[in-house]
Amino acid sequence: MAQLEVELILTRQLATSLSVPFVLVGPTGDILFYNEAAETVLGVRFQETGPIKADDTDRFVAITDMAGRPLARTERTANIAITERRPAHAQALLTAADGTRREVEVTAIPLLGQAGHLIGAAVMFWERAKA
Amino acid sequence: MKVTLYGTRGSLATPGRSTAHYGGNTSCVLVRGEDGEVIVLDAGTGIRPAGRDIGGGVRRVDVLLTHLHMDHIQGLGFFGPLYNPNMEVHIWGPASPTLALEARLTRYLSPPLFPVLLRDLPCRLHFHHVPCGEVQIGALRVRAETVCHPGATVGYRLTENGAALAYIPDHEPALGARQFPLEPEWTSGWALAQDADLLVHDGQYTRAEYPGHIGWGHSSLDQALAFAKLAHAKHLVMFHHDPARDDDSLLIAVDKAVAEARPSFPVTPGAEGDSFSLTK
Repeated sequence: MAQLEVELILTRQLATSLSVPFVLVGPTGDILFYNEAAETVLGVRFQETGPIKADDTDRFVAITDMAGRPLARTERTANIAITERRPAHAQALLTAADGTRREVEVTAIPLLGQAGHLIGAAVMFWERAKA
Repeated sequence: MKVTLYGTRGSLATPGRSTAHYGGNTSCVLVRGEDGEVIVLDAGTGIRPAGRDIGGGVRRVDVLLTHLHMDHIQGLGFFGPLYNPNMEVHIWGPASPTLALEARLTRYLSPPLFPVLLRDLPCRLHFHHVPCGEVQIGALRVRAETVCHPGATVGYRLTENGAALAYIPDHEPALGARQFPLEPEWTSGWALAQDADLLVHDGQYTRAEYPGHIGWGHSSLDQALAFAKLAHAKHLVMFHHDPARDDDSLLIAVDKAVAEARPSFPVTPGAEGDSFSLTK
């Protein structure tokens, strides 16, 4: 068990205090944490899943573009933020584990630590309407 | 290694009769390795007597700064080895996102705040940025990691022959946590303090005082105890005492927190002059 960088710890603590759905992604794309508001969007609770490996994300949520085309991982905002080190924004349809579909705006921003190295990405959702 | 406290006060030096037992000097701890290494943790006002006590035979001193708040650097200009041309002084500390360590220190060690410029000091002066992974200083392994405190701040872990000292004098790991402590991997400073033989940790506030100081970068005594328990520290030294706390009230506050937490490890309110020998 390794301790996470303090910047990630502080980001989790911020996310815990927000009502905006917030997913904290690590530098390899694993979901490290998501807050209560994101639990609603994803249809699962963090206490139940714990961190989610990047390859397992699709088990919990289906992500498509607005036309219903599944988004490959390379097209997703979190992946773009991490691999290209730039903010990414998109509209998407999320189908949660409980079957609920939501139309959301998603913004991902790379997180650079104090030394400038990439430690992950902050991904925030804004629900537009239920699809 | 031998660990001696030269300054245990937080925020502001507080000389006077009412603080004479625990001391009024700000953060400074002197560590001597078994092979004669000399490491100074922080450069609060306690570094002046620490510099006096280092001794004439020493040719290298490493000063490890946790951060650059004034109570941790105010004594630096009065550190005797800096004025010794035969001395090699290495200063380790965090850069900011825009300024190197030397440039940050120059803001204090230059007119109008101080008459002597860093570049005019006669010793052989070297600067190193932390965190930078593990480094070896003589027989001591030193690791710095960023911890939760406003601005660029690190804590240190020093190990020698299997004995470990964790030094985290300014630390608010409970900031923003709905429950504290969380799991170890989600707790600032845990990796530094894990299984430490001696943990020197921030304990500035009482439980009642903490809500009025959230975000200031410090822990309450009960949080320090919970943190030490989570890390399985073997001995906790309360440090960075609030400047408003006199000797009597400090002892009462620590005794109360310990009575409530009932830790399985010893807890010592840090006092100037206290020494701890760490061996395995």
